Amino acid sequence: MGRAATITRRALLVGAAAVAGGVAFGYYAYRKPVANPLEDELAEGEATFNPYVKIGRDGAVTIVAPRAEMGQGVETTLAALVAEELDLRLDQVTVEHGPASAAYGNIAALADGLPFAQFDDSALAEAARAGAGVAGKLLGLQITGGSSSIIDAFDKMRAAGASARETLKLAAARRWGVAAADLATADGAVSHAASGRTATYGELAAEAAALEPARDVALRPREAWKLLGKPQQRTDMRAKVTGAPIFGIDVSLPDMVYATVRMNPHLGRPMRSMKADAALAMPGVLKVVPIATHVGNGFAVVARTTWHALRAADAVEAEWETGSGPADDAALWALFEQAAGSAGSAMRNDGDVEVAFADAPQESLLEAEYRVPWLAHACMEPMNATAWLRDGMLDVWAPNQAPTMVRDTCAAAAGIDAASCTVHTTHLGGGFGRRAEIDCALYATLVAMQTDGRPVKVTWSREEDIGHDMYRPAALARVRARVGEDGMPVAVDLKVATPSIMASLLPRFYPRLAAIGPDKMMLDGAFNQPYAVPDYRVAAVKVQTPVPVGIWRSVGNSVNGFFHECLMDEIAHLGGLDPVEMRLKLMADWPVAAGVVRKAAEMAGWGMPAPEGHARGFAFTASFGSWVAEVVEISQAPEGIRLEKVSIAADVGIALDPRIIEAQLFSGAIFGLSAAMGQQINFADGKVVQSNFDDFDAMRMPQCPRFEVAVLENAPKMGGVGEIGTPPAAPALANAVFALTGRRVRRLPLSEEVAFA
Amino acid sequence: MQVTVNGKTLDLDVEPDMPLLWALRDVAGIRGPKFGCGIGACGACTVILDGAPVRSCSISVGDVAGEVTTIEGVASDGGLHPVQQAWLDEQVAQCGYCQAGQIMSAIALLNDIPDPSDEDIDNAMSGNLCRCGTYPRIRAAIHRAARMQAGA
Repeated sequence: MGRAATITRRALLVGAAAVAGGVAFGYYAYRKPVANPLEDELAEGEATFNPYVKIGRDGAVTIVAPRAEMGQGVETTLAALVAEELDLRLDQVTVEHGPASAAYGNIAALADGLPFAQFDDSALAEAARAGAGVAGKLLGLQITGGSSSIIDAFDKMRAAGASARETLKLAAARRWGVAAADLATADGAVSHAASGRTATYGELAAEAAALEPARDVALRPREAWKLLGKPQQRTDMRAKVTGAPIFGIDVSLPDMVYATVRMNPHLGRPMRSMKADAALAMPGVLKVVPIATHVGNGFAVVARTTWHALRAADAVEAEWETGSGPADDAALWALFEQAAGSAGSAMRNDGDVEVAFADAPQESLLEAEYRVPWLAHACMEPMNATAWLRDGMLDVWAPNQAPTMVRDTCAAAAGIDAASCTVHTTHLGGGFGRRAEIDCALYATLVAMQTDGRPVKVTWSREEDIGHDMYRPAALARVRARVGEDGMPVAVDLKVATPSIMASLLPRFYPRLAAIGPDKMMLDGAFNQPYAVPDYRVAAVKVQTPVPVGIWRSVGNSVNGFFHECLMDEIAHLGGLDPVEMRLKLMADWPVAAGVVRKAAEMAGWGMPAPEGHARGFAFTASFGSWVAEVVEISQAPEGIRLEKVSIAADVGIALDPRIIEAQLFSGAIFGLSAAMGQQINFADGKVVQSNFDDFDAMRMPQCPRFEVAVLENAPKMGGVGEIGTPPAAPALANAVFALTGRRVRRLPLSEEVAFA
Repeated sequence: MQVTVNGKTLDLDVEPDMPLLWALRDVAGIRGPKFGCGIGACGACTVILDGAPVRSCSISVGDVAGEVTTIEGVASDGGLHPVQQAWLDEQVAQCGYCQAGQIMSAIALLNDIPDPSDEDIDNAMSGNLCRCGTYPRIRAAIHRAARMQAGA
């Protein structure tokens, strides 16, 4: 297939050259027959070298960073990977998200979904990771998630830059009749020292793009890096401090109309009927359109402005079909309790816990139940998408984490080929996993089919956003442990009853596909932690509920990190051990883990008495290939518990931008602390109770503690960054609450049992 | 409706009860102020009205009597306001969505209290929510901007 595809592609390349006045090729062609999507969108005089690089005749270099920029700084570091090898500074390039394309499939995201611990280097685990790579290429899923963007891009985007650079040198070598090896690159130009000749990348681009691309170029060694490993000015920072209209909600098109949606609050259920006369009579209202999909049902109001649409939506009387399933918290929790009674399937099963517990003396045992609630994402930018359908072509502007999925879903809804649908991925005002979903873009497409060729921007109210999320699943854990004579755990048994995210998510993406394989997400953060305990079992039981669930920053780790690390704290207390000392003994075989534990403890002054009225809690979670320890120090103020300081030590293997990584670590911790302190989604009468930031709030400036962050690089592999700060935050806080008050709070949010200032 | 925004008087074809936010965004095309909650709970839509920070989602355009300043109007000649510069220097923004509102609140604070304490910052900024958790760098940037403005 490779050869035939290559030949066909060459024919296409000539066409591209003729149309756009540039010449295109891809260094990937020889090993990966995916077309370079940039060939279709070259400006006059522009050449593309591979899916990541475009160079104009004027020397303007554009780097495609094909991952959603939702705050994590990914655009900056992805661009730096290419710029490093092209000998350019970031202020010398333009960064674009680029089109939706299989060329930008995320292989690392799939590899992290495999049911192996990150430190499992067994032949089976490695073979499966290689297999995930193959599957990733076949699926071509362009997804921003799983803290995988940089891991996925580290080699391929540097290789893209290096190949382009060497090919530009080849073009100069031909032009001047000199050896390419005698040429150097700097500041966007190729130069020949002996003759003093130079030519800019722009002058060479067309010639270079016509050549066979340089292959297998050695990547720069770390010692030679000029950008990577050093803090860069974020490429998106100026736009963000000047209020530039870069978000999906800011999209503005000629003759655009505005809309909002109201979907059945009984999630996923149909709309029985609606009366829209009053709404249609209101000023500024153009249309009321019913929406029926596999993810939600309701209506859209199309109007002159978003406000006219929002106001009129209140005047539509819809009759909603209710669900037949459990309708409130009590009924839902009953499902979890019932599920927790069955054995479940273990993803870790060392030794034999049943034997270990059978003869355990009572004083050596602990047994407890933990709970975490459903959670909304509550991105700052409310859900929105803009769609424009005319002449059989559909354009969708969406702040989204899965552009190929958006393209396929919207094209199918509009009854056109995927090739006739263009997805424009804007900046995201927060993502956290919510924007990996296709609902907003799908609804906008359906509305655009009824606006007579006019573009329509569909903006949800905050109430709609909170009430129609794909929630972080609730979970219930039954935990048991036995400690030995020395106080160390000899048996640990952790069973988690929770809905499967994959079982909920996959049918939304692929309505005809049944979920397959073990769902590792249900136990992430518990089954794969670097602790050696002789009898150690971690099992999951799937709970079926009518609540749609989805990816929420750090996914299963946000649930299981809390369960596991609170359990570790309880074990240390029962065994009369210091929680840090105990962990270090259990982690003896994992020096990278022990390294972050020691570092965080040192930064927090662990082992030294806390100031009067203060107390500290500790937690550790390995997730997304990285290793993170956090210490939360709190104090008792008259108005409640105050967060004083959070110390974070993270080992990410290779730290490509220390300042961005530091920001992600405290960002992730604040996200976790916000949830742990006060967030929960409740259900009553089959609907979500919460509706806006007045009843689903997050940490505010006065509650924000001081942060001290250390980024270490001892791990043998590069790990992720965007989510890893979240999992240890809640257990570290809960463990601090125990240290301060003596109360072991075993359910989140903690505000159910203690007050925060 | 007439409203003065960033030194210009705009004649907007809107009903007087339309919130200022939507008049700015959907009618005047001034999209720096962001929609976040619609109930004045998140601060993403903050503008400065006669020197005071105001949630533009919660004031009707008909009730606006005075000069409105949005993020688009804080700097001149394509440059940056010292607060924006401090934001850049501290690399504050993550997703960036709340940042225009944060910066407007910070500018209003510094106009009021040129050298704010941490407690002043807590009080002035508590109405501005950030889901990315940029607060540590916002605090640092406000202190930096205070030093910059004192030195200028």
